[in-house]
Amino acid sequence: MIPVRMAMATCILRVAAAVAASTATAGAQAGLPPAPAAAGAEAPPSQPMIGLTTQVPTIGVDSALEARVKSVSATLRCPVCQGLSLQDSPSELAQQMRGVVREQMAQGKSDDEVRQYFIAKYGDWILLKPKAEGFSTLVYLLPALFVVGGAAVVWVMAKRWSVPVATAQGLDEPAPTPQPVSATAP
Amino acid sequence: MNWKRAAIAAGVALPIIGLLAFGMTRDPKDIPSPLPGNPAPSVELATFAPGDEPVLVRAAGTPVRLSAMRDTVVVVNFFASWCMPCRVEHPALSAIARRYADRPVRFFGVLYNDTEANARRWIDMMGGQPYPALADPGARTAIDFGVYGVPETFFVGRDGRVASKFTGPLTEAVLTQKLDSLLAPAAPKGAE
Repeated sequence: MIPVRMAMATCILRVAAAVAASTATAGAQAGLPPAPAAAGAEAPPSQPMIGLTTQVPTIGVDSALEARVKSVSATLRCPVCQGLSLQDSPSELAQQMRGVVREQMAQGKSDDEVRQYFIAKYGDWILLKPKAEGFSTLVYLLPALFVVGGAAVVWVMAKRWSVPVATAQGLDEPAPTPQPVSATAP
Repeated sequence: MNWKRAAIAAGVALPIIGLLAFGMTRDPKDIPSPLPGNPAPSVELATFAPGDEPVLVRAAGTPVRLSAMRDTVVVVNFFASWCMPCRVEHPALSAIARRYADRPVRFFGVLYNDTEANARRWIDMMGGQPYPALADPGARTAIDFGVYGVPETFFVGRDGRVASKFTGPLTEAVLTQKLDSLLAPAAPKGAE
């Protein structure tokens, strides 16, 4: 596998991007440098995969069910990928997990119950969008903090660089000679 | 002025550096399993390779139910013929399975995303396997255990709860230590 020691840092940036972009899927893809234009459901096959990739044909297409499978799969992390959702991953395990999502929904489980099943098996890690509790709260607080902090810095700098009107006029009057060339009429 | 500027820069940079440094101490590949402490997921799988240690043998085709194994320590090892670390741990697993054959310990290999033919060939190539191998079509049992790669091994205690999970190739030392601690309460040292 790929030793990603900087993944914590990229993870934070990625989740920040996920918060900025409204959908979890768009956020996860925005965080992946090699796939800037991959907006569709088909992810590039450059992802690390285990085993063979086989396209499983969907039998008995129920569009309402499929839409729910898609929306829930998009919120769950593919365990063998880097920052891809089950919905976006072509890997065999992700396909099988989508199958589990579909089966459980067909058995009458709600979206949340299906999510709870995967959390019970893989932990909160399986959620692409972390819960706003504990250490993960930072992921939601920091971007807001940076925006407020950045605005404060801009405000302070703008105040420091601009000169009050009265002072500016007072400065200009005694020394009108060093005016820019464009300002002096020929 | 310079001191003030330096203080502001330090105040901004230090928390970020601290956060990133904390990130460096964590392994993103190390995903803690929520299973230990909880009842083991149900296992109802068919045997496809019987095993060669007389006590452990299960005829091919017979179903294996974890729920039927009360008061037994169960080692559930997810493996595949395409998995390199599985080759590394196989001798250790086999040796320990044979050594603990007369103890209340059962070993099962669960095939993960592989064909039975490949797995049978692999077992032959590895010089046999004392414990039975089970087929897991569609990786449903693997997903039920929260498996995200192979090899992953789950130790189920005598109470039917998952005691621990081990990711990566097992060694004889790890196996011995885990099994001895799981067998200890009901089988004190005098019983050995």
